[in-house]
Amino acid sequence: MSEGSQTPPPEDPGERRRSFLDGVRLGVGPGAAAFVLALTYGSSAVAAGWGITAPVVFSMFGFSGSAQFTLLAALSSGSVLAGVTAALLINARYVVMSVALNHSLHGGRLRRALVAQTLVDASFVVAHRGHGRFDVAQLVGASAPQWVFWVSGTLIGALLSPPPDLARTLGLDVAFPAFFLVLALGELRGSPRAAAAALLGAAIAAGLLMVTNPGLALLGASVAVLVGARGEPLGEGRERGVG
Amino acid sequence: MRIWLSVALVTLGTSLMKASGPLALGERRLPPVALRMAALAAPVLLAALIVTDIGGERWADFEWTRLAGVGVAGVAHVLRAPLLVAVMLGIVATALLRLPIG
Repeated sequence: MSEGSQTPPPEDPGERRRSFLDGVRLGVGPGAAAFVLALTYGSSAVAAGWGITAPVVFSMFGFSGSAQFTLLAALSSGSVLAGVTAALLINARYVVMSVALNHSLHGGRLRRALVAQTLVDASFVVAHRGHGRFDVAQLVGASAPQWVFWVSGTLIGALLSPPPDLARTLGLDVAFPAFFLVLALGELRGSPRAAAAALLGAAIAAGLLMVTNPGLALLGASVAVLVGARGEPLGEGRERGVG
Repeated sequence: MRIWLSVALVTLGTSLMKASGPLALGERRLPPVALRMAALAAPVLLAALIVTDIGGERWADFEWTRLAGVGVAGVAHVLRAPLLVAVMLGIVATALLRLPIG
């Protein structure tokens, strides 16, 4: 079923390695913030009667802070079905991200699907090169430290039970929105259409957040990509001056 | 038992969602109109994540100290602070604003 040749010429391994390492460097910041959130997650899970193994295994394979916190909260007051549904709705944005990323992946379905498992918010936005192109090596690199920090934080939190408001006291709840804002400032510079879509997405999210949870707000915000339905084709050479 | 069942279902569901693009499309290329829309996925989700991270469910988690910290990071970046330095400044600003005064 492969039509056309969307696969670009293979990059040289040195460049891919550099991209990966750049990604690792960029992933350390959000990873460090995730570590403290994971401490909270691990200790809250133990307090809710999850034991130590379940939250750690969940962090290893689920690797999704928002869904993990959601399940923890939802299970304590509701059924398995309600909890699982709430947690999966939080993650529904991954469908949008996965479709957007596929264009930059190589190889067959299975290989692409495996690489796509490394998707997390911060890596997705860090690795965006503009025009819907993603640096896959950088994406994987950025996810690596976040995964290590997230899993080790969960384990340490489960074992040591630090005070639940630690992340807030240290101001670390600022880390992710601040990181995303700085990335947005760079990403939107020089692309009026991306800026328009981003503003629309933010406005939709802000409105939906009045009546619902972040998962549905994010999913609803993604209709802002319809801004791209009209307009000039994606072209090269439209990049404005860099830096 | 219900904990492990839930963990397994959420893990499997998340994994399938992350794989959905490759599984549905494989090596097929999206039509140009869909590509133009997919190109906006990163900026749109980026902007929406800032909002949901600041507000939380039904805006219940909103705190002006967090908004101020995010603002400090943005201003620092505009003044050419590198990414991680800007984020650190935002974190420190918020932590200082939350110190009990008096």
